[in-house]
Amino acid sequence: MIVVENLHKHFGGFHAVDGASLEIRKGSITGLIGPNGAGKTTLFNVIAGRYQPTSGRVLMAGEDITGLPPHELFGKGLLRTFQIAHEFGSMTVRENLMMVPALQSGERLWNAWFRRGAVAAEEARIRDKADEVLEFLTISHLADQKASQISGGQKKLLELGRTMMVDAKIVFLDEVGAGVNRTLLNTIGDAIVRLNQERGYTFCVIEHDMDFIARLCDPVIVMAEGKVLAQGTVDEVKNDERVIEAYLGTGLKNKVKEEAAHG
Amino acid sequence: MDILNALVAFLNFVFIPGLAYGSQLALGALGVTLIYGILRFSNFAHGDTMAFGTMVTILVTWWFQSIGIGFGPLPTALLALPFGIAATAALLLLTDRAVYRFYRKQKAAPTILVIVSLGVMFVMNGIVRLIIGVEDQSFADGARFLITAGDFKTMTGLTEGLAIKTTQAVTVVTAGLTVAFLFWFLQKTRTGKSMRAFSDNEDLALLSGINPDRVVQVTWILAAAMATIAGVLYGLDKSFKPFTYFQLLLPIFAAAIVGGLGSPLGAIAGGFVIAFSEVMVTYAWKKVATYLLPDSMAPDGLLQLMSTDYKFAVSFSILILVLIFMPTGLFKGKSV
Repeated sequence: MIVVENLHKHFGGFHAVDGASLEIRKGSITGLIGPNGAGKTTLFNVIAGRYQPTSGRVLMAGEDITGLPPHELFGKGLLRTFQIAHEFGSMTVRENLMMVPALQSGERLWNAWFRRGAVAAEEARIRDKADEVLEFLTISHLADQKASQISGGQKKLLELGRTMMVDAKIVFLDEVGAGVNRTLLNTIGDAIVRLNQERGYTFCVIEHDMDFIARLCDPVIVMAEGKVLAQGTVDEVKNDERVIEAYLGTGLKNKVKEEAAHG
Repeated sequence: MDILNALVAFLNFVFIPGLAYGSQLALGALGVTLIYGILRFSNFAHGDTMAFGTMVTILVTWWFQSIGIGFGPLPTALLALPFGIAATAALLLLTDRAVYRFYRKQKAAPTILVIVSLGVMFVMNGIVRLIIGVEDQSFADGARFLITAGDFKTMTGLTEGLAIKTTQAVTVVTAGLTVAFLFWFLQKTRTGKSMRAFSDNEDLALLSGINPDRVVQVTWILAAAMATIAGVLYGLDKSFKPFTYFQLLLPIFAAAIVGGLGSPLGAIAGGFVIAFSEVMVTYAWKKVATYLLPDSMAPDGLLQLMSTDYKFAVSFSILILVLIFMPTGLFKGKSV
C-alpha cells in the first residue's frame, strides 16, 4: 500500500527522519511506536504532504506520491488525523463532517446560482452520510453542537469520522488515544477495527498506549532516532533488545536484565 | 424646545452622512478582514487597491460619458463598476502570483507578509498616480439629490431641511446588497464554506481536500470586489484623490480591528462605530442644542468636540482603546 524508501527529513542540522524505510501492507493496521522524538510524527507529516522530504521517496500502490500537497493526497484516499485533534470550531459537528467531500457541485459558483436543485440534492445526500457516520461512531447526539465545545476524546472520534466521509484507502492516525479515557478509547479502537474489516481501510497508527497497540496492530514498526529499528508482531518487538535499549537506554536495560536474572 | 427640528438636523448632519461613510468603511474593512482571516496578514495595500479599482472605474465612466452612455438619474460609475472590479481582481491575482505566492510557499511569518504588502502598497500607489495623477477627480453624475433640503422643508413645513444625496442613497443600497451577497456566499455556497473552514483551521482544511489555491484566488477576487465598490462609493460621495484613499487605511483598519479581525460581522459593526464616532466628535452640535434647549441656555460656542482636521485622531484613539482593553474586538476575532 505505502512504501517509504530511505526517507530523510532534516530541520537545519537536526535529522528528524534519518533514512527511514518501511512498508505498510494493504489491509493491515500497522502500529508505529518509538520513544518521544523518534521522528514518528515527522514521518507522518512527510508522508501526508505537510513537509517536503529532504530526500527519499514515498510510494502509494506503486505510484510516486513524494511531496504532493495534502489536498491531492486526499483525492487519492490518503488521509490523516492529528496528535491534537483539529476541528472547525465555529461549525457544528455535522457541518464539520459535511465539509469533507471535496469537489462538491456547490463549489462552482455557477451551480450555486443556477442549479440549486442539484446542489441541494447533493447536500442532502452528504448530510445523510454525515448522520450515518455519527451513528457509526455513537455520537449522533452531538450532531448540532459546536465542534469547539465537545470533549477532546469526542474530537478524536470526529477526526475518525472525517475519514469515513470519503472512501479512504489509508488513514494515518497520530496518537488517536492521547488524552482519551478508557471507555472512549475502546470505542475508538472498535471503530478502527470495524473500518478495517468492513470497509477495508488500511491504518497506520502512532500510539504510546501499548495495550491499545497490542489489541489492534499487526505488524508493529519501531522507530528510534529517525530510523526504523525493528518490525514484527507486538510480542516480537517487545522482546527485541534494540527496542528495549531505545526506550530505556543501555544502563537501565542492563538493570532490568539483572533484575530479571535475579528475580 | 423643538424636538422635530432637532431630530431632522441630527439626521441631516450626523446620521445620514455617518450611515453613508459607515457603509463605505464597512466594505473596506470587510476586504481587510477577509484577507486577514484567510491569508493571515494585514494587507496594507488595501487602501491603494481601493484607489486602483476606483481609478479604473473612473476611466471607464469617462469613456461611457464620452460616448453618451448614462444610467438615468443614477451615477454612470455604477455601470462602470464591473469593469473596475474585473481589472482590480486581475491586478490582485497577478500580484498574488508574482509576490505573495512566493512568501506563502515559504510559509513566511505574518509580519513579513505585512511588510511585503507595504511594498505592494507603494507600487500600487505609484501606478495610480502615474495613470490618473494626484489631483482631485470628480466623476459623480446623474441626479444630485434624492430629496433636497428645500423640497423637504416645503413638504413638512419644518424650518430644518433634510437633504439626501443620490450618492448617499446609492452607497447605502449598494453596500447593503454587497454585504448580503457576501454573507450568502460565505454561509451558503460550498466555496464560501471552504473559505470559512480554511480560516478556521488551515491544516485541517488542507487535509479535508480543500484546494488552497482556489480558496486564495476566490479571496483575492472578493477582496478586489469589496475594495473597488467601497472606493467607488466613497469617491462618488466625496471625491477621488489617491492620497485620501491612502489615508482611509487608518479608519478601515480601525474598523476591522474594533470589530474583531477575521470576523465579517465585526467589520461591518466596526465600520459604523468608527464612522459615527468620527462624525459625532467632529460635528458642531450648536444647531441641535439650540433646538433642544430653552433660549436662555442657548450655547455660545459651536459645541464641536474636535475640528474636522483631527478626524483621523478619532479612529486612532478608538483603535488604541480597543487594542488595550479588548484585543480581539467586539466580535471575538483573532487577536492581533
